[in-house]
Amino acid sequence: MNYNFEIVVVGGGPAGIAAACAAAEQGKSVAIVDENVGPGGQVWRGERTQQGKCDSTSPSYWFRRLKDCPLIRQFFGWRIFDAPAFGILRSEQQGECIELGYKRLVLATGARERFLPFPGWTLPNVMGAGAIQVMVKSGLPIRNKRVVVAGSGPLLLAVSAYLRQHEANVVAIYEQTSWINLARFMGGITGSPAKLVQGLQYVWKTFGIPFRAGCWPIAVHGKDRLQSAVISNGTKQWELACDYLACGFHLVPNIELASLLGCRIEGTVVEVDSLQRTSVDSIFCAGESTGIGGLEMSLLEGRIAGLASAGDHIGAEALAQQRGKMLRFASLLAKTFALRSELKSLSRPDTIVCRCEDVPFELISRHNSWRSAKLHTRCGMGACQGRICGTALEFLNGWIADSIRPPIFPAPLSSLAVDRENLVHNHLDT
Amino acid sequence: MSHHYDVVVLGAGIVGAACALEFTQAGMRVAVVERGVIGGEATAAGMGHIVVMDDSPAQFALTRYSQLLWAELAPTLPENIEYDRCGTLWIAQNEEEMPELQRKYIYYQSLGVPVQILDSSGLTEAEPNLSTSLVGALLVPEDAVLYSPAAALFMVQCAQKMGAKLYLEKTVVRAGESEVLLDDATMLRTDRIVNAMGASASTVTPDLPIRKRKGHLIITDRYPGFCRHQMVELGYLTSAHSVTSDSVAFNLQPRRTGQLLLGSSRQFDVDNGFVDRSIVKAMVERAQRFIPKLSSLSALRIWTGFRVATPDHLPLIGAIQGDASMFVAVGHEGLGITTSLATAHLLLDQFLERTSIIPLDPYSPSRFSVTEAHA
Repeated sequence: MNYNFEIVVVGGGPAGIAAACAAAEQGKSVAIVDENVGPGGQVWRGERTQQGKCDSTSPSYWFRRLKDCPLIRQFFGWRIFDAPAFGILRSEQQGECIELGYKRLVLATGARERFLPFPGWTLPNVMGAGAIQVMVKSGLPIRNKRVVVAGSGPLLLAVSAYLRQHEANVVAIYEQTSWINLARFMGGITGSPAKLVQGLQYVWKTFGIPFRAGCWPIAVHGKDRLQSAVISNGTKQWELACDYLACGFHLVPNIELASLLGCRIEGTVVEVDSLQRTSVDSIFCAGESTGIGGLEMSLLEGRIAGLASAGDHIGAEALAQQRGKMLRFASLLAKTFALRSELKSLSRPDTIVCRCEDVPFELISRHNSWRSAKLHTRCGMGACQGRICGTALEFLNGWIADSIRPPIFPAPLSSLAVDRENLVHNHLDT
Repeated sequence: MSHHYDVVVLGAGIVGAACALEFTQAGMRVAVVERGVIGGEATAAGMGHIVVMDDSPAQFALTRYSQLLWAELAPTLPENIEYDRCGTLWIAQNEEEMPELQRKYIYYQSLGVPVQILDSSGLTEAEPNLSTSLVGALLVPEDAVLYSPAAALFMVQCAQKMGAKLYLEKTVVRAGESEVLLDDATMLRTDRIVNAMGASASTVTPDLPIRKRKGHLIITDRYPGFCRHQMVELGYLTSAHSVTSDSVAFNLQPRRTGQLLLGSSRQFDVDNGFVDRSIVKAMVERAQRFIPKLSSLSALRIWTGFRVATPDHLPLIGAIQGDASMFVAVGHEGLGITTSLATAHLLLDQFLERTSIIPLDPYSPSRFSVTEAHA
């Protein structure tokens, strides 16, 4: 099948929803596409419209607004795997392949957790902080289970609050950044009452759980699965018995699709101007893929991208005025949760770095570039296409992943043999 | 500081790597210059097959000679090179192709290559996932596959252990008349230079009769046991050597990892490395004719690369006229992995002025200069 829209939005998280709504409310035909089965992305996954308050940063508000837009066609459960030419995206769902045609494209592909290898990190029950939350949402029994939460970033508190709400026994939270950095962070957000309130809410929701800054996991022990985690503060180490270690080292932007489309990448983020335009004409990018900035910034960037892609430059420029304050918050986040150098030396020679291809650190450390390591050890060549080890090695060795190759997600061979001429054209007119 | 060598090898692809190892083993002082990653260009882009081919008697001689050298080397290859003597099945699609199968069988057999003809049911037994409409195949059991970048690295490292010097991430500014100048101003003095720079060979040795031929490959997720042999359509050469147009031919390899590597395509005069979706589509459709189940398997990556082809599909191995120090080893087209070892042997024979096991003339670079003079 082949569908054509004026604007296609890739990503169903806050930035994507905001972009789709803003564009459709300008009278444009819009598609929103995301591999998750419903709207919300990572941050609002599993939220329901009925629940909770309804201010302009709540999932209820945005889910309703999305639902109320007749010009938005929703493609949830569809994963974009290729961009064969400008104006066309290929999407796949359990072997079925569709093409989405666009005149303008908004990328809101979000971010993923960063994992760092340390001895034992591949043992069962060592999970990403976000990942354990997703698992609990889809039925993992967590009641009375001992969970150690460790790593870096605001997600640790959010996940701890969530786990406690589901009656997990959160043993402790270990944030690798220092108390001084955290204090600066708190000082930095006093000017933003919403952030402060949000922060205090998390503090309240995790009240009583020991929180330690300047500590990080250095190893886990266990035979078939995790039995204990070893934590260090740089001078001493201690071991904690636990059932789960929820561990993530802040977030990294998902830039693969932007990169495949030829958008300029600046460091690890998609480069955009004040109207969220990328270096490629008619392609916009909003939210965490342009830099980790939090929920409010994602929503704002989504709205700017939505308006700008719909041609309302005046409206977009008016909104863009508000970006300044949020950019300061983004840079505060980046500074606060920058990873300490001690985390670079956690791996032992036999520590697996690439889980897909079982490549240990010692093999990788013989090479001096990502390409050399990849070619000679197969590191990053597996099913995750280097999303996990590539992100780790970017921090550990300063290697930038090499060029993106299609498909950006594994796809059935039949989806690569789609015959464009024989596709049914379903044109949605405005 | 003076750098004097017996041979400087330009390029550490599979051919340069094989040369470096062979010359070092012969007791020569060897240097290898590589501008990027060892085995990082055509070597990394290809399928890594060690196959006997019979497009011409000279191609047969070179591939068979080299295959036997690989078989000799195989026991010493480390695990990560994934050398696997899986054999090749040359598959006939219909009765019209059976005479060609017979011809190939007789030709290989007469020259001492073990071969076996499989009928339709034998083929199904050998590869249950093949379409039952296929009429038969020629099995060449001594053909093999390996992971070529690792093989190139291994050979360079072996050479280094025996004293060869590697100049990594250095670009050749000029080479000739017993001198090689690198981009960091290092000057290497040497008795002989071997240009094994693949597609870039012309930057050092102008006027080589070589053209780039773009190819696409697809690799799947892991499906251990899905197939056991390398499979090639019997019409491969007809498909592959069409000089005028883009072509695809069915070629599938099982890898040690359980992954499947699917080829192949050939395009002349395309300089960009973009993945051409219409070529990919044609490759998948071609493969589906042979293995219908293939379409449900998951593809992990598609990439492109450039073979370096000569007008007669035979490599250029030997001396360059007008410069007694200059030799080339390029233009192996899709067979560089197979023929790398024989290439190194033939060059060493020339250096040592000893008689080669196979005739050298068909690969001599001078075979084209004669015709060019008349052109």
